[in-house]
Amino acid sequence: MSARSGQAPLPRFEATGLWLAGLGGFFGLWTLVALSGAVSAQFLPSPWAVVERFGELARTPFVGHTIQEHLVSSIGRYLAGFGLAAMIGVPLGLMMGWFRGLDDAVTPLFEAIRFVAPIAWVPFAALWFGTGIGGPVLIIFMGAFPPALINAYRGAKFVEPRLIEAGRMLGASDLRMITQVLLPASVPSIVAGLRISAGLGWQSLVGAELIVASSGIGYLMVKGQSAISTATVMCGMIAIGVVGYAIDALLRAVEAHIHRRRGRNAR
Amino acid sequence: MQPGHSAAIGVATVVLALALWALFTTAIPWIDTARFPAPADVWAALTQITVQGYADARLWRHVAQSSVLVLTGFATACTVGVALGLAMGWSRRAEALLNPVFLLLRPIPPLAWIPLAIVWLGLGDAAKVLVIFMAAFVPAVINTYTGVRAMEPQIVEASSMLGARGPRFVREVLVPAAAPHIFTGLRLSLQASWTTLVAAELVGALYGLGQVLNNAAQDIYPGMILVGMVFVGLCGGLMTAVLGWVERRAMPWRAA
Repeated sequence: MSARSGQAPLPRFEATGLWLAGLGGFFGLWTLVALSGAVSAQFLPSPWAVVERFGELARTPFVGHTIQEHLVSSIGRYLAGFGLAAMIGVPLGLMMGWFRGLDDAVTPLFEAIRFVAPIAWVPFAALWFGTGIGGPVLIIFMGAFPPALINAYRGAKFVEPRLIEAGRMLGASDLRMITQVLLPASVPSIVAGLRISAGLGWQSLVGAELIVASSGIGYLMVKGQSAISTATVMCGMIAIGVVGYAIDALLRAVEAHIHRRRGRNAR
Repeated sequence: MQPGHSAAIGVATVVLALALWALFTTAIPWIDTARFPAPADVWAALTQITVQGYADARLWRHVAQSSVLVLTGFATACTVGVALGLAMGWSRRAEALLNPVFLLLRPIPPLAWIPLAIVWLGLGDAAKVLVIFMAAFVPAVINTYTGVRAMEPQIVEASSMLGARGPRFVREVLVPAAAPHIFTGLRLSLQASWTTLVAAELVGALYGLGQVLNNAAQDIYPGMILVGMVFVGLCGGLMTAVLGWVERRAMPWRAA
């Protein structure tokens, strides 16, 4: 089957070789261009220079703080914005899934607000809450809120009808229905939504800090940009990528854990 | 419940929200119009930007600027991204070669490319297109790749038995089979492109909707801020709708 030959798994040594070739090609080309002098080191530092710059940023403060301190203030803002989005989005989503009237009333407003890119809230964020904590938190909230709400809502809508009927028959109040039937039944959907929220929130944080902040990794990158220090900008990109990856990995682990436990309970 | 009931409640809420907005900004001034505009301020801002212009140009010029940039970056990224995704999905060799670099770049959020693009290319159009490219590229590759990998082996076997190979195989088997996933990727790409462009224009630009927002923020002009936000939403929504239309035209076999 000639057409399928491309799909057959590769022998291990070949796969490893190609992996190394890909990575080597990327870093090799980068180093080569940087060292050739065709582009000045200010615009394209060698990979090694970026690593050195990272060490410098970790030891000596840049625009007021070391890179760890910038990272801490970014993460603080992030947790505040993401926490708010989860605390408001999940209960509201569940309630919209239960009360038909609330669903009809909130949905058009929610859709209208969701249409606007989170980053477009930057001017109001700066005007209402300033550039310290409040402004960036609003933007993170705007990024993280919609998936939190939507997935809680969908989770509540797709609860098995027999669970709802049983709850009703046993005389559960609306509050108990939401907290003791809908919430536990929609946990997988909620967690999946929070994972999307977390990713979008982290992206929005970066955007917010590029524009309305006076500390944080995004701020460090903007200052590196105005100082035309490509190495500083790249250090910021690496830090953002690593933390974003770690957040996603953590939530993936939580998701897997929940699925495993659910599997056991079902049996 | 009657069919029109939900819609009626929806319309009623929107009307109520608009009425409350008008009430609390004008008759009972609980909301400070220096922080959130009254309806009249928004109308004034809208006429100003359409008739005299604001931030160095009229509204249509800003909208055209932003839209052309998004479409340029998006189209480039999708062409490269879909091709790369097809290659990585089809050939294990291509996947092994390209995946490590891709995995390295993937966790970097699109917005984080903005400062680098500005250092390299300045505040002009080229930097914007680079940033949009980075935003749109990743979802296009991932989803195309997933689409190819999700293909049923029977389709591949049948087409190879019938002698489809080379470009004809790509055009008539691979792309249509992966099309639903490809379009999912394109939709995500388009949304990411638009958000990223607005952010890039907020960081620095000469024209564009982000520049309108930026100027309005500096002038503390809430009416214009809201006008800018509404048009960011409208343009984004319109582009997604057009893509949805293309999707339905491109895959008539999926129509309900």
